[in-house]
Amino acid sequence: MKQKLEEIKASAESALSQIKDMDALESVRIKYLGKKGELTAVLKGMGALTKEERPVIGALANEIRQRLESEIDEKKAQLAKIMEEERLKSEVIDVTMPGKKSAAGKLHPLTQVMNTIKDTFIGMGFEIADGPEVELDYYNFEALNIPKNHPARDTQDTFYIDDDVVLRTQTSPMQIRVMENTKPPIRVIAPGRVYRSDSVDATHSPVFHQIEGLVVDKGVTMADLKGTLETFIHALYGKDTKVRFRPHHFPFTEPSAEVDVSCFVCGGEGCSVCKGEGWIEILGCGMVHPKVLKNCGIDPEVYSGFAFGLGLERIAMRKYDINDLRLFTENDLRFLGQF
Amino acid sequence: MKLPISWLSDYMDISGIEPKAYADRLTMTGSKVEGVENPGNELSKVVAGKVLECADHPDSDHLHICKVDAGVGEELQIVCGAPNVKAGIIVPVALHGAKLPGGIKIKKSKMRGVVSNGMLCSHDELGISEGLLGYEPEYGILILPEDTKVGTDIKDIFGLNENVVEFEITSNRPDCFSVIGLARESALSFDREFSVKKPAFKENADRIENAISVEVKDKDKCKRYCARMIKNVKIGPSPAWMRQRLHACGVRPINNIVDITNYVLLEYGQPMHAFDLRDLKGSKITVRRADEGEIIKTLDEQDRKLTNQDLVIADGERAVAVAGVMGGFNSEVKDDTTTVIFESATFDGASVRLTAQRIGLRTESSSRYEKGLDYNNTVGAIERACQLVEELGCGEVCGGMIDIMGNVEGERTLPLRPDKINAFLGTDIPEAEMIRYFNALEIKVDTDKMTLTPPSFRPDLEGEADIAEEVARFYGYDKIPTTLLSGEATLGGKNKEQQLSDKIGSILCGLGMNEIYTMTFISPSNFDKLNFPADSKLRNVVKIKNPLGEDTSVMRTTTVGSMMEILSRNYNYRNPEARLFELGKIFIPKEGEKLPDEPVVITMGMYGEQEDFFTLKGAVETLLEELHIENASYSAVSDNPTYHPGRCAAVFAGDRPIGIIGEIHPSVSKKYGIDVPCYVAELAFDGVMESINEDIKYKPLPKFPALTRDLAMLVDKGVAVRQIEEVIKKASGKLLESLKLFDVYEGAQIPEGKKSVAYSAVYRAADRSLTGEEVQNVFDKTVAALEENLGAQLR
Repeated sequence: MKQKLEEIKASAESALSQIKDMDALESVRIKYLGKKGELTAVLKGMGALTKEERPVIGALANEIRQRLESEIDEKKAQLAKIMEEERLKSEVIDVTMPGKKSAAGKLHPLTQVMNTIKDTFIGMGFEIADGPEVELDYYNFEALNIPKNHPARDTQDTFYIDDDVVLRTQTSPMQIRVMENTKPPIRVIAPGRVYRSDSVDATHSPVFHQIEGLVVDKGVTMADLKGTLETFIHALYGKDTKVRFRPHHFPFTEPSAEVDVSCFVCGGEGCSVCKGEGWIEILGCGMVHPKVLKNCGIDPEVYSGFAFGLGLERIAMRKYDINDLRLFTENDLRFLGQF
Repeated sequence: MKLPISWLSDYMDISGIEPKAYADRLTMTGSKVEGVENPGNELSKVVAGKVLECADHPDSDHLHICKVDAGVGEELQIVCGAPNVKAGIIVPVALHGAKLPGGIKIKKSKMRGVVSNGMLCSHDELGISEGLLGYEPEYGILILPEDTKVGTDIKDIFGLNENVVEFEITSNRPDCFSVIGLARESALSFDREFSVKKPAFKENADRIENAISVEVKDKDKCKRYCARMIKNVKIGPSPAWMRQRLHACGVRPINNIVDITNYVLLEYGQPMHAFDLRDLKGSKITVRRADEGEIIKTLDEQDRKLTNQDLVIADGERAVAVAGVMGGFNSEVKDDTTTVIFESATFDGASVRLTAQRIGLRTESSSRYEKGLDYNNTVGAIERACQLVEELGCGEVCGGMIDIMGNVEGERTLPLRPDKINAFLGTDIPEAEMIRYFNALEIKVDTDKMTLTPPSFRPDLEGEADIAEEVARFYGYDKIPTTLLSGEATLGGKNKEQQLSDKIGSILCGLGMNEIYTMTFISPSNFDKLNFPADSKLRNVVKIKNPLGEDTSVMRTTTVGSMMEILSRNYNYRNPEARLFELGKIFIPKEGEKLPDEPVVITMGMYGEQEDFFTLKGAVETLLEELHIENASYSAVSDNPTYHPGRCAAVFAGDRPIGIIGEIHPSVSKKYGIDVPCYVAELAFDGVMESINEDIKYKPLPKFPALTRDLAMLVDKGVAVRQIEEVIKKASGKLLESLKLFDVYEGAQIPEGKKSVAYSAVYRAADRSLTGEEVQNVFDKTVAALEENLGAQLR
């Protein structure tokens, strides 16, 4: 009997080692361990054994059964693994084929650049102000210390609606509107559309965008102006960009400055892009003129502030290497889709 | 403003300062250098040479073969075609390898078989004007004076070998529109000496007062009038050095007297004028307002019609100059002029500016006056002119000067508060350093009273901020530290509108729409293109008085035209489909207000094979749902002439109309050059913003199961699904959780004039499992209501 059991074991193990698929495994299981299987048959024949033999053979039979069951399970797992591997192998796809896209639209490049600029200033505690594009001459010029007949009006070719109303030539009137309505401390940027009577070409447009900035508080210094704008420029163009504040004149700031950054192309060596100067002008700024503060009912003996203005298109053109301003308002999808 | 370095060196020592270093430093102290040019850079290897022999070319009827001594150690054979070439003359010789203006290079060559080792040049070929020459050249090659040394570089002969610095002068610094003003800035920039000597000259026994009288009638517009007389004038060319400096500054030399006035204009920044005494009738000069409509012929021989706001210089009978702008043709200096009256006057800037604008004539003189000139500069300038007359030997200065003061502002005194300046700049500059700058800038410093008195040539120094700028400029903007804002913290960020704009942008981008930026001024013809009726309120526009053209002459009252233009452009570029949006302003005039309303419109536009009314509507629905506008509805509009009469809807949020959506009327699309259907939505930004439900509260998730019933019915074709839904909702009450239209069908098996509409209705109660019976009751009630209200038959 014992020998019989050993034979069953050896035969089952040999069968298992030959097995290549699940069906064969199942037949082996049935053959040896099934209800009518060989091992089961042996166990059924136990009744014929002696009282002494029975526990010994019984234990052996159980051991062999367990052994075979675990070997079958092991084999099953092994086979399952092989099968999965084979299935996965058959499921190989060409991952270089195009994806299934759902078309997303894009924000206009000017909006994207504007958002970057807004985020930088919001991080420094600035609010964002909006204002009218059809503006009173008073806000656009007079309150900014540019009286009628001032030569500075020559440099801004103005569209007039009537004697008192213009299309704003700059976002600077927002300085006045903000100061009239807000008590210091003021930290605000005012982005928006402005108008100059320039004919359209690659670098000129009668409509473009500026971003005005204004800070008014007790003890604001020109050093703060430099620090704030340097932070902004580094955020926009990277920390390695050199920044130069150069004296200039604006009627509504004093002292005034133009800000140059080291040329993006040559890094300051001088090239055709920067006309050999190594610098590219990007914005105008200055300390708010005391007359302007007074015009808004703010006492220049107590408060001081700074203001700045930059052209959005110019920054976007530089960022994306766009060489023609007209592309922004042409709105060709082949253009809009690139950003 | 152009400044030749040699002229600068008349007023300061510039030795050891390289042009680049000079330009960089002046830029940083506030006089922006646009560039440093050497007009001689375009010219090289051109020298004076003597024509030794001149023979006809055997194979040509006009060429000559010349032997030339150009000081190069050997005689050069040069072929020349000029008719005036002959032996013995001195001429400019472009040697082999020479460069001429315009990038022309001269090389050894053969002309009709004869070797030519260079070229003899005309003044044109060298870029030398007649004015710079000082005489009228013959036709052909330029003949140089006989005493010109052979071999001399042509650039040295004409003073072309010098650096000329070009400055961008800002409008607040009229004093820097002069050699002297720039020299003052330059000297302080390099911490060197600067001085202007008082011009010295002899006066003869004649007195100007005996020849002429001056009366200033308008003392506001004429702040000072100085006049001097020059007798025995000999008109001729001015000397080479003067012509060369004028030329370098871009001023055309004319004759000695005119050149002197221009020279002083450049050097002192003071415009001057010279009258021929013979032409001043009645021995009298009157500075007065023009008569309304008075006509004067100016030096450029144009008749100018004046108003009573314009200031003129008149003699006893008529105007002889437009004050500060241009002299009169009737009194100009001529070749036979013998006695000259010099005028050096200060006119009011605004007045000159307006006159120049009115008559459309902007001159070197008017552009200086309009910035506001120094009334204390007139005397120095007129004396300098007299000194130059003496130096040039072109006349005798007569005794005396007529000097009439008008109304001028007095000196301005400002407080000297170094601490305040440092606090303002964020610096720590010693007081002594500041005072050093003030002294060099000729600002009077009183350290007892702690006051500053700016000179009269600096009208821009009005307050302490201006003084702070002077300190900052010369201390160096680059040396001011960089600090971050301190003080009270502010809460930055975007307001509600700005946040909503951002959100709308991202939702619409998510719907595959691209943002566009369009022009806000449009052609009024857009209103016709959009089929606006003649009496449309939207034809009431903000008009631009001075537009670039009719196409951009009014501010838009609708964004649809702009959207159609962009759709059309993309269509023409053969972009097969387009989904666009814009957040843009329109401009609506407001009765009794100076400024219009500027509401923002959310405009969407699309065309393409997949697009129809419902793709547009779906986009609008998605937008409104994403923004939590929960009560939006749509009702048909058939009378908006811009849109298809059967495919247009008004959008409501509750009862409030917030926009229009629809297919653009085919006749409109056609006018914009598009022959496929276009779909446009216009939503009022304000209407959208104010309809948002901002009070979003969590609704508990359902605990009990839902029951679904399908409901298919036949109704008249004209019944809108909106009507059906209203009846279903009303009849079903609270148990109806959702209702979904899943089929609308007309055609086979449907009777004529009817359509089949099918819904899937989901019923659910929050507090219990619904029984089939309960739902059936509701369903039956609904069917009955549909039948009663809409004549619907269940299918």
